[in-house]
Amino acid sequence: MDFTFDTEQHALREAVAGLLQRAYDPEKRRAVTAKDPGFDEGTWARLAEMGVLGLPFAEEDGGMGAGQAEVALVATEIGKVLAPEPFVESVVLAGGLVAAVGTAEQRAELLGPLAEGASLVVFAHAEPDSRWTASASGVTAAQAGDGWTLTGVKEPVPSGARADVLVVSAAVDGGTALFVVRAEAAGLTRSGYRTHDGTRAARVTFDGTPAELLGDGTADRTADVELALARATVAYAHEAVGAMQTALTTTSEYLKTRKQFGVPLSKFQALTFRAADMYVSLELVRSIALWATMVLDAPGSSPEAVLAAADRARLQTSKAGRHIGKEAIQLHGGIGVTAEYSVGHYTSRLTAIDHLLGDGAWATGRLADRIDAGTVEALPA
Amino acid sequence: MQLHLSPEDQAFRDEMRTFFTTKVPQSIRDDVAAHRDVTKEQYVEVQQILNEAGLAVPHWPAEWGGRDWTPLQRHIWREEMQLAAVPEPLAFNASMIGPVIAAFGSQEQKERFLPKTANLDIWWCQGFSEPDAGSDLASLRTAAVRDGEDWVVNGQKTWTTLGQYADWIFCLCRTDPGAEKKQRGISLLVFPMDTPGVTLRPIELLDGGFEVNEVFFEDVRVPAENLIGEENRGWDYAKFLLGNERVGIARVGATKRMLVDAKAHATRITSGGRPLIEDPSMRARIAELETELLALELTALRVVSNSTDGKPNPASSVLKLRGSELQQSATELIVDIAGPLSLASFAEDDDTDVPEWARVATPEFLNYRKVSIYGGSNEVQRTIIAGTILGL
Repeated sequence: MDFTFDTEQHALREAVAGLLQRAYDPEKRRAVTAKDPGFDEGTWARLAEMGVLGLPFAEEDGGMGAGQAEVALVATEIGKVLAPEPFVESVVLAGGLVAAVGTAEQRAELLGPLAEGASLVVFAHAEPDSRWTASASGVTAAQAGDGWTLTGVKEPVPSGARADVLVVSAAVDGGTALFVVRAEAAGLTRSGYRTHDGTRAARVTFDGTPAELLGDGTADRTADVELALARATVAYAHEAVGAMQTALTTTSEYLKTRKQFGVPLSKFQALTFRAADMYVSLELVRSIALWATMVLDAPGSSPEAVLAAADRARLQTSKAGRHIGKEAIQLHGGIGVTAEYSVGHYTSRLTAIDHLLGDGAWATGRLADRIDAGTVEALPA
Repeated sequence: MQLHLSPEDQAFRDEMRTFFTTKVPQSIRDDVAAHRDVTKEQYVEVQQILNEAGLAVPHWPAEWGGRDWTPLQRHIWREEMQLAAVPEPLAFNASMIGPVIAAFGSQEQKERFLPKTANLDIWWCQGFSEPDAGSDLASLRTAAVRDGEDWVVNGQKTWTTLGQYADWIFCLCRTDPGAEKKQRGISLLVFPMDTPGVTLRPIELLDGGFEVNEVFFEDVRVPAENLIGEENRGWDYAKFLLGNERVGIARVGATKRMLVDAKAHATRITSGGRPLIEDPSMRARIAELETELLALELTALRVVSNSTDGKPNPASSVLKLRGSELQQSATELIVDIAGPLSLASFAEDDDTDVPEWARVATPEFLNYRKVSIYGGSNEVQRTIIAGTILGL
């Protein structure tokens, strides 16, 4: 087993870290997230120039042919500075679905422009009356001549108002199929809004909206959606680890500099012990996130192994994110609750990540269903 | 990044697994698995089997029986021992005084003690804690005063684990009461437990067992040659030794075994007309514990792969802290699975229908409160993390 990154991966990390740290400090982030689309188009374009937006896609599809490890590095750096660019939402999740399900023609048509930063693709999947399911029910697809139309509501759709292309899950024949809808399609209404973590989401309404079937045939795509969500979950785990790391270092610095009763807060064991516990949480979740990434990248990993690894990552991320996020605010005191200071935004983003694709209790339920009476889940040999 | 063990490490793991499950008597492994007390004779028998095969002290210098294993191989060795329910080489010998003598002892001391220490021909016990020196070990008061060719030791030690079996004790003594810092006036002496003036009082623990003792010293005469290393440098050796004590303290393999047992027990106990293992809240609790244990194991592997030549990595405090908590969680889980059966804790075989695992569950749970206290209490570990890692 090897948890370390190679030289090329380190170079990628350095480059992405440099770009994002120049782009964002808490002030700049506040300014960027105050106005639509909730991220910086210039930074998005620079990420594209660097090849980051095409990292996980095959070279023949216009990507870089990199693995989940590279995705993890980028996500971690995004989390560290809370960059609001929708890397996981667009590249990992929506792009990942297109890469897994799309025809060769669709992959070239959609992933190339996504990688170049020319087209923002997002996955419109969540529905207002359900949570964390891999199938669709509120949006239905109907055949119309040679094509398809969609009807129903998707919400919340991350960056749904800004997106150029929507990958949409819809119920068809008792299963779930995936469709591509362009921003300019008829019968498409999008109401965008700001979310608590500074990003954007939208209600997307389809009313007989023309749509292109993603991939060949209308076979049920629920399993593909499950796997794409699992991969995005692991990427989010790394984004969360990055955010938790900064939340902890910010908190530690504050404890050293803030004085009360004539001494730095770091003189109070009641506070330093809690910071130590935050460190324990951080290192444990970092280990699981790295391991889950290795499971995703390992050639022989079964879909079941990938889903289980993602659920473990999701559970640990949820626990650690809640622990570190809440303690970071508490150890700061009142300033931690203000929008003017950085640390609370980390808690806000961690809370968003926790609820985008399934929280810890939800993951626990899935893991509980799969308990094997005979063994403790062994590490792969 | 690489998920799998290398073929060499896989082969190493298979070799260890085969050895531990075929060369160590099944009856002893059964006793360990059933949480029965391991006798002195069993400890000695197993350590001598291991030592014969070069598996008792692999982390020692090669000259004294060590192997040039990688940190990962040492980790695998220990994990496989725990998974196979093999009593580990006696920590006082293999992890504590052995490495100290190998590093700081004279050539004569090495020749005199190390082979017998590796083979458990000498059973060592630890004379560190005192009634007024627990986490604040450096405030210890047991005094050694030079008198001619001897040191004369007076004072008291406590929490001396398995001291009732011990042939020798390694003992921190204050040799310079006037030292500027209390850490600077301490020396490490070794002497036989049957030296005149040494008395031992066993301390009964909550589980009804006797594993720790008080040891009293009254004018105990120790030859000057039994000083290990330099006079007044004992604190350095103690820190070296305690750093070793934290290696392998996560005990992931042992906790894994407890979780497997817990699931088996929960399959046999019925609750509300169905096996307890089918209860959703029980399943959720087990799923969470398994995930926590996986996170700990992966963290241990990260620490192992980053450790540079035996130096204690501050992240090892995470392993001690979390490892002890998860051992305790596993014992607590088993008590909860046993439910009311756990009350039959002290019943003899003939007087009860309650299975043995349920009878030992609560004594084990109570006994395991110790794991967050010994080896540097978890509060000491938090102090290390806050200070050394976070700079607070």
